[in-house]
Amino acid sequence: MNTELLGVIGIFILTIVLAIPLGKYIAKVFLGDKTLLDPIFNPIEKFIFKISGINPAEEMNWKQHLKALLSINLVWFFLCFFVLLFQGSLPLNPDNNPSMTPDLAFNTAISFLVNCNLQHYSGESGVSYLSQIVLMFLQFVSAGIGMAAAAMIFTAMKERTTEKLGNFYDYFIKSCTRILLPLSAIVAVALVFSGTPMTFEGKDAITTLQGDHVEVSRGPAAAFIAIKHIGTNGGGFFGANSAHPLENPTYFTNQVELWAQMIIPFAMIFALGFYLNKRKLSNIIFGVMTVGFLLLVVPTVMSEINGNPAIEKMGIAQATGAMEGKEVRFGPAISGFWSIATTVISTGSVNSMHDSSMPMSGTMQLLSMMVNAFYGGCGVGILNYYIFIILAVFISGLMVGRTPEFLGKKIEAREVKIAAFIAILHPLLILAGTALASYFAAHDTAMGYWFNGNATGWLNNPGNHGFSEMLYEYTSSAANNGSGFEGLGDNNPFWNITTGIVLLLSRFIPIIGPLAIAGLLAGKKYIPESAGTLKTDTSIFGIMTFAVIAIIAALSFFPALALGPLAEYFGM
Amino acid sequence: MKNLFSIIKLTAVTLILFAVIYPLAIYGIAQLAPNQGKGETISVNGKVVGYQKIGQKFDKSNYFWGRPSAVDYNAAGSAGSNKGPSNPDYLALVQKRIDTLLLVHPYLKKSDIPSDMVTASGSGLDPNISPQGALIQVKRIAKERKLDEAKVKSLVESKINTAVVGPETVNVLELNVALDQLR
Repeated sequence: MNTELLGVIGIFILTIVLAIPLGKYIAKVFLGDKTLLDPIFNPIEKFIFKISGINPAEEMNWKQHLKALLSINLVWFFLCFFVLLFQGSLPLNPDNNPSMTPDLAFNTAISFLVNCNLQHYSGESGVSYLSQIVLMFLQFVSAGIGMAAAAMIFTAMKERTTEKLGNFYDYFIKSCTRILLPLSAIVAVALVFSGTPMTFEGKDAITTLQGDHVEVSRGPAAAFIAIKHIGTNGGGFFGANSAHPLENPTYFTNQVELWAQMIIPFAMIFALGFYLNKRKLSNIIFGVMTVGFLLLVVPTVMSEINGNPAIEKMGIAQATGAMEGKEVRFGPAISGFWSIATTVISTGSVNSMHDSSMPMSGTMQLLSMMVNAFYGGCGVGILNYYIFIILAVFISGLMVGRTPEFLGKKIEAREVKIAAFIAILHPLLILAGTALASYFAAHDTAMGYWFNGNATGWLNNPGNHGFSEMLYEYTSSAANNGSGFEGLGDNNPFWNITTGIVLLLSRFIPIIGPLAIAGLLAGKKYIPESAGTLKTDTSIFGIMTFAVIAIIAALSFFPALALGPLAEYFGM
Repeated sequence: MKNLFSIIKLTAVTLILFAVIYPLAIYGIAQLAPNQGKGETISVNGKVVGYQKIGQKFDKSNYFWGRPSAVDYNAAGSAGSNKGPSNPDYLALVQKRIDTLLLVHPYLKKSDIPSDMVTASGSGLDPNISPQGALIQVKRIAKERKLDEAKVKSLVESKINTAVVGPETVNVLELNVALDQLR
């Protein structure tokens, strides 16, 4: 047990330590400074831009950034949608898996496009190898989009007045080639040598030791799993995601995959400090996020180690903790830690089944996605936190009677309106979606059209836990997370379409908002710091931001949590 | 329009880099990995009997059993049970598994049974059980196979994988392959 806790603490500290130099490197990449990898990537990028006819030196304003970002996403959506829709007749399909239904293809294409990877199919039977590779392409570029958006915001925070905020394509390509690609390659190699398959051969039919016939699914998994974590996408190659023994074969690969999903979100915070030369600001932000993260981790790990109280009553030994939905090679401590890392960071990959977690862990997993501002996904994590900074600046400015300013720019009505809208959108999408689904689940005859004549056939568990399954699905969609209480029967038009819409809104509006605020602020007059300035790189301001985040989350979500996992917790 | 054309060309070029060159490079490296990246297998007398990492069903009484599986160890369709911790049907199922274990191993006390032997794994393909999960079966196996109990016990102990960090595990397939060779 003690070495299990050691594994948790060790990987967390190691990731922080390595995130600092990586943050410095990321800052250099976005600043265009010299790095060690220049000789490799300069010619590759030059070639890419030459073929595409794009001038990477052409500076854009924030609206041009947005236009480029949205149009390239539209192209990718259609590419992926049609591949999934016709995968059954396309090459690289050794297992003869069928084409997707239009609603499932819609949901899957969007969910990989928006870096969420909600999967309403199982990898073994739901997609061809060609589709897996196209989805893997989206895992790269959707992470690159998030980082490019963050890079634009970094540029806009500089102490100057300008409309010119760098080139979107330049940030995007550099994020993909110089950051995501090398890290993914390292992780993929570690996985391949630990037993994860990387083959284009189909299922293998074998006779087991006691004489049963089974088929074993394989595939080009290692390359996929690496970028799934490095890009905080989280979509599994196999149905059971990183609980699958080929997707995550050993305790060592488990640590590698944990590291891989945490490293860029951590490093992006430090990158902000290096980029603006404001180390203190980024340290405060990282500190606030870490406090929030640990507050979520500790109860989860503890309740998983303690095991299921209902099974305790049956009188058996729970020395290895709560084991339903968990793998023996990982154990409860690191599984509990992973479940919070993956929900806080918006990866959404799982190494244990969250549906079977203890109620307290379920509460914390939901809360991680409801808050959606600690560390966060690849690039977009810092965007979410940025919104709360704007709100905190505004509120504390009012409290002490000073003009709200952030990094020398006045925050005015327009920016605050945008920030407030973004902050409210997240609970709105979650609660409205859950309310709608609960209505249909409660009146199941009216929903016959949607699901085998029986809407409550959606739910895998009765009572409060069943409600939690629906709440989790929308929370995961709105946080672009992608994990699930997977007992929910979600491959049907109702869930495919409603979560697809939530995914789209909750990806692009929270990118558009911060980009607009940053763009507007960048165009304003720079006011040098004076005695009257509200300091934003102090721990007092850190606490203020934390309070804003906590109050918004508590007010919006407490009633829903009380109906779901909290009720289950107190009922056990 | 010119922009759209640029975007399509950019997509094509990045597709080649990330969806062709990157996976092929990893595929190339995988040729150096165990079993050329096709998954490590275990053979007995030259015949493949299973994948080292993938759990398989053992329900015959002369073999060590693995954990319950929500997919009955179907290695072409992994999944957990996704049962919530307070679900009454689920708890009744766990109780039934405990009763079955006690019935087949009449020498056991309830508190000897580790939770991994009565709960389904996340993947349904867990290749491992806890050392305690194997040790409670020793007496039954020894009786079934007419082997010395101490010998079977020391076989189990030799198959416990310990690591610097992380839980102790026993790979059920490896244990059973070794058991077949035990005289």
